Amino acid sequence: MMAEGTVTIKGTKDGLLVILNQDDWPTTLSNLKEHLVQMGTFFTGGKVMLQAGGRVLEAEELETVAGVFSTQGMTLTTVLSESAATRRAAHRLGFETERPKPQPPPRPAATMDNMVVRRTLRSGQSVHHPGSIVVIGDVNPGAEVVAGGDIIVWGHLRGVVHAGALGDNEAIVCALALAPTQLRIGNQIARPPEEEMETSQPETARVRDDQIVVEDWDR
Amino acid sequence: MPGRVITITSGKGGVGKTTATANLGVVLAQRGMRVAVVDADIGLRNLDVVMGLENRIIYDLVDAVEGHCRLEQALIRDKRLPELYLLPAAQTRDKSAVSEEQMCELCNDLREIVDFALVDSPAGIEQGYRNAVAPADEILVITTPEVSAVRDADRIIGLVEAEGKGPARLIINRLKPAMVQRGDMLDTQDVLDVLAVELVGVVPEDEKIIVSANQGRPAALLNGSLAGQAFHRIGGRLLGEVVPFVELKAPPSFLERLLDIFQATGGDL
Repeated sequence: MMAEGTVTIKGTKDGLLVILNQDDWPTTLSNLKEHLVQMGTFFTGGKVMLQAGGRVLEAEELETVAGVFSTQGMTLTTVLSESAATRRAAHRLGFETERPKPQPPPRPAATMDNMVVRRTLRSGQSVHHPGSIVVIGDVNPGAEVVAGGDIIVWGHLRGVVHAGALGDNEAIVCALALAPTQLRIGNQIARPPEEEMETSQPETARVRDDQIVVEDWDR
Repeated sequence: MPGRVITITSGKGGVGKTTATANLGVVLAQRGMRVAVVDADIGLRNLDVVMGLENRIIYDLVDAVEGHCRLEQALIRDKRLPELYLLPAAQTRDKSAVSEEQMCELCNDLREIVDFALVDSPAGIEQGYRNAVAPADEILVITTPEVSAVRDADRIIGLVEAEGKGPARLIINRLKPAMVQRGDMLDTQDVLDVLAVELVGVVPEDEKIIVSANQGRPAALLNGSLAGQAFHRIGGRLLGEVVPFVELKAPPSFLERLLDIFQATGGDL
């Protein structure tokens, strides 16, 4: 990250985020050029999001900035702005005006190898796998199972599990006896209710309306 | 036949490793076995105190490992049982003073001399624990009926399995039958539901244990100690005997005793 007055450059998972601070336009532009030249070819081929703040930028100015990036081998894809005029101008030039929405990854359970663990996972033991995980045995308190896909426990689930750990909210967790310390699916987290409710039948946990719900297996 | 090296460990501190080691040593020696109890808790030695042999220490385990003395010189003969020996830990050193290989060599030598070497492991899962477990033929995991102790026991059982030393066997210590009957304490089955290993014994909470430890006389030497009796049963099981598990019951309250008398007389008081 660089923060030298007029221009801030950050790496994000969607590419570079270039923040233009409030300064006069020629200074901003020359500082930007200077920064990019200093970084050399490090970001060549990278995509750039420009955060223009409240500043009003005409189409012409946007094209200039885009040109500055392209001379360094970078592509301006997105212009973020608080000014409606800037957003309209950016739109006309074919730039995005919102951060890209995170794409849900493809359901890994269907595409990846699954893993079968044929033993009881004890406290301190953990299993991680990008696909689905089947445990034939118990998952004890203090043990951890993290799967990209579904988690199936043929036994007593008492530890911490995270299904759909790569962001898949469609993943499910099921167990012959579902009593986890904590249960996570995708980006949702649930704790069991404080009062004890031991059920002796198999149950399934899944996300419905941004909440983890637990249902009887045969429903 | 070479002797058996049995390591007593727990993960959590204060659950009764040292007490169990001392008492099982006594029990096995009383049954005519030649036994060495080994304190592997280097730097925090306790077993000598519980055995009442503290003032006889000249050489210790580290001396034997480093060749400052012969193993036989470091072994302290118990003052009550001629076939019971203590190998004390060093008090002025720490766990890094010996390696796993050195402990294995030491225990190999012990196997030649004794029928049983009972190794008292330090708490934790670090070097001291690894030193204690490395030479073991068998592992006894000890826990109390508390969720935290059971959690640590589970961790240890997993580590022992991963080392290929498993399956560990279990002793449940300090069970309070009255609390179990009231539903305020995990019972044996609750513990076994989580740990799913073979149980070798359940030892009830017994105040005599504290008194006997303070006096340096393991409770198994006393008559009438409930915990001592439980250790005798465990000793039998270690020798391969089939000893039935007795149900531990709380002593009846005054009111219950009164009711019993009332019923025995047919209500004809």
